[in-house]
Amino acid sequence: MRLFLLLLTLWALPSLAVVEGYKYQFEDPNELARFNALAADLRCPKCQNQDLADSNAPVASDMRQKVYELMLEGKSNDEIVQYMVDRYGDFVKYTPSFKPETLLLWFGPGLLLLFGIALLVLVRKNQNRSTAPLTAKEQARLQALQEKSKL
Amino acid sequence: MNRTLLFLPLGIFLAIGVLFWIGLGKEDKTALPSPLIGKPFPQFILNTVESGQSTNTLPKEPVLVNVWATWCPTCKAEHEFLKQLAKEQGIKIVGINYKDDDAKAKQWLSAYGNPYLFNIADPQGQLGLELGVYGAPETFLVDSQGIIRGKHVGDLNPKVWETLQQTYKAMQ
Amino acid sequence: MSMMAEYGQLALIMALMLAVLQWLVPMMGLRLKQEWLMAYARPLAVGQALFLLLSILALAWCFVQDDFSVSYVAHNSNTALPVAYKISAIWGAHEGSLLLWMVLFSLWSMAVALFSRSLPIDMIARVLVILGLVATGFLLFLLETSNPFSRTLPSVPAEGADLNPLLQDFGLIVHPPMLYMGYVGLSVAFAFALAALLGGRLDAAWARWSRPWTTAAWVCLTLGIALGSWWAYYELGWGGWWFWDPVENASLMPWLVATALLHSLAVTEKRGLFKSWTVLLAIFAFSLSLLGTFLVRSGVLTSVHAFASDPERGVFILVLLGLCVGGSLLVYAFKAPTVRSVGRYEWVSRESFLLVNNLLLIVAALAVLLGTLYPLIIDFAGLGKISVGPSWFNSMFVPIMVVLALMLGPGVMAYWKADTFKRLGGQTVLVAALVVLVAVAVPFVMDGQFNWQVALGMAVALWIVGATLADLWQKSRKQFGRVLKLNRSYQGMVLAHLGVAISIIGVVMVSHYSVEKTVRMAQGDEAVLGDYRFVLNKLGHIEGPNYISDAAEISIYQGENRVAVLNPEKRRYNASGSIMTEADIAKSLWRDLYVSMGEPLPNNAWGIRLQVKAFMRWVWLGAIFMAVGGFLAILDKRYRAKVARSKEATL
Repeated sequence: MRLFLLLLTLWALPSLAVVEGYKYQFEDPNELARFNALAADLRCPKCQNQDLADSNAPVASDMRQKVYELMLEGKSNDEIVQYMVDRYGDFVKYTPSFKPETLLLWFGPGLLLLFGIALLVLVRKNQNRSTAPLTAKEQARLQALQEKSKL
Repeated sequence: MNRTLLFLPLGIFLAIGVLFWIGLGKEDKTALPSPLIGKPFPQFILNTVESGQSTNTLPKEPVLVNVWATWCPTCKAEHEFLKQLAKEQGIKIVGINYKDDDAKAKQWLSAYGNPYLFNIADPQGQLGLELGVYGAPETFLVDSQGIIRGKHVGDLNPKVWETLQQTYKAMQ
Repeated sequence: MSMMAEYGQLALIMALMLAVLQWLVPMMGLRLKQEWLMAYARPLAVGQALFLLLSILALAWCFVQDDFSVSYVAHNSNTALPVAYKISAIWGAHEGSLLLWMVLFSLWSMAVALFSRSLPIDMIARVLVILGLVATGFLLFLLETSNPFSRTLPSVPAEGADLNPLLQDFGLIVHPPMLYMGYVGLSVAFAFALAALLGGRLDAAWARWSRPWTTAAWVCLTLGIALGSWWAYYELGWGGWWFWDPVENASLMPWLVATALLHSLAVTEKRGLFKSWTVLLAIFAFSLSLLGTFLVRSGVLTSVHAFASDPERGVFILVLLGLCVGGSLLVYAFKAPTVRSVGRYEWVSRESFLLVNNLLLIVAALAVLLGTLYPLIIDFAGLGKISVGPSWFNSMFVPIMVVLALMLGPGVMAYWKADTFKRLGGQTVLVAALVVLVAVAVPFVMDGQFNWQVALGMAVALWIVGATLADLWQKSRKQFGRVLKLNRSYQGMVLAHLGVAISIIGVVMVSHYSVEKTVRMAQGDEAVLGDYRFVLNKLGHIEGPNYISDAAEISIYQGENRVAVLNPEKRRYNASGSIMTEADIAKSLWRDLYVSMGEPLPNNAWGIRLQVKAFMRWVWLGAIFMAVGGFLAILDKRYRAKVARSKEATL
């Protein structure tokens, strides 16, 4: 699961600085980057679609502070996200979890692609079958028909 | 082209259409369902607004826990109804004064009336965070065992109370 | 009190009546096979457009004259609002923007009516009937639920509520009109597709006809989306340029499908293939435009872009959506077999590559649709509320785009009907080798360390550039002079594809090599970010026309040289009390220096957000290349040759 999320963050946009960033000091720049990434992946529960990194809302400020404290306590990314989810629900996670309900979401595009390829192959086979060059037998039949129509 | 395949786009569109139809009927789209329902009320050690003394328990009976603040205009709007619930129906309400100032809160209550048994002072919003509060007013229904049975985001009014009442009665 | 609002409403009603006649009369003409009835379609379309123009001019008058007895003006304007914004406030909220939508829709219909002399009369009649039907639906919606001319009488507010400060900006003047031009422009392709289905006739001439209209709409949509991204970037104050927000997705989806449609039309025009698929795409593209309209105005989704929601409006648009999309898909299901394509092509051929292009674009569009609607699906199934954010969208969208970009290279070179991997390989192997070398070097040049995502992104972008230029070289028979003699359509394609590469480079660079920092700064303080030194010279106050602000003056140095002086502000608008962050940006092709004020701190300090965004402008520059390329393609001379009606070849 952790590897999976790690893979995801590889595709994610880079960590942006956060609002009130000067409040959150870290000695290790990697920790700062981790903080920024977490803030970007958590959603402000009150705003209309903003992450914790960019939101000015008071609750966002509180949540950022909590993330900071939890990081100083040494909690992992999973634990911090879970902490927020336990209190605010799945809504605050921008990366949807991998549950039975979200299987369709995660595999949907892949399945669509496979379905599309299958459709393509099928259609092409049908098309080429109906427009394949005539066989010798069919040629002869065509010739016979053409001569008949001349009469 | 297989005949049924041609109807697929129409089918998908109708499914999406139904989805939207249901969506339009929904009431409040910004309210988040709380993951705390069925869980115990979070532990806390905070002072009360009234006395400044430390407190860490809720009354051992079914209560409404109402998160409010003096800077919140909607809280003022629901205040009359809260007083009504407390007075006429004898419902016990505990308040959490969220990210506010004790002096201001006391002033506010004496000016507009006090339906609360007591108020927990949460100036930093710590208890609020534990409860998943994201905007006052919010009201929790907590039973005598201290388990959260319901939550409502937004002001309490007669219409809302109609549905919440079921949960409250079940807690008795 | 001026009667202008009533005139405006009257004009709307006239437009509605003409729209009804626009489908009724030619439809009778088609039924009774009377050409003189069909001929009414053209003047009716022109009339409808004229009345809608009158209507929006009336609304503009109300705004400019500060007529606050009109509700819409009272909610969206203010006497202190600068005139330019008073006019663009017309489309600042739901009712007015819908009127703009209708005005642009009618202008497209009018254009079709006027520039279609060479089309058979029954075809143009069908097209305008369909456009008339859609127009009727929207005009009814406008008049019934979203009338911009309703009055506030008997009480007239003395002052308006002011336009949302976020919208008091140049971006509002250009972004919605351009975007809507794209959205409604797709209705033309839609109408042509349905007309072909209903008439039971779809030939190369039809494709040659649809193509420039579709390209024009695509150009507008491309620019509209780019403008939206650019506007959000400098206006919202935190330097983001794409959020995978539902409303942004609502514009991206039709764009992806329209791109697929453009390429599919190329095959239909050239080889008479993919007819049924092209028709479906045309329906799909406009359906997504309509879906976007629904999403933004019905309140079904939460977004910072969404207009104020009203379930009554939501129901109306949903019914409209159902009739337009459901109706057209029903026609498609029954009539698609009448437009069957006949023709062969090998596994390795340009047709195949374009088919793959279409597949990837459609899967991308459907993925975006899935991600956008999924929270709704979960919610309505009673499974709670989830969010689907940028990380999910990127993880689906980026790989698809990588494959698409890879296919682009051989795709432009491949022969129609039949080609071989061997030949294509021969053409491209040198390019490929060079591209990989350069791409791998790039991250080292930028950062001193390897980064596989940057290398991959650059490889894919440079691959497009290399293959496009290699093909250009081939086609111009290895002489520079001949490049300009190549037909416009080809030149347009080259530019547009280069635009794709430029945008990809922009996205890759800005995503990996931007740096940011939020610092506490007081007068005289310095901060270092990347190669740059930021110095806060002074803090002050500014009184604007309808706001007051705290302003900062920040000088930026690179080594010894002063590179820029920026003046970000934190504005408080007088009428609404809203607070707005006005960032200031030092722009250049290679990087943007972005400074915005965060929050005031004790001791006369401010939290300042500093950003160095590498290659930011490339993202939108690519879009401009794409748009110019599309525009060139429309100017190709074969579209201006008159096509004799009787000589239409059926393939």
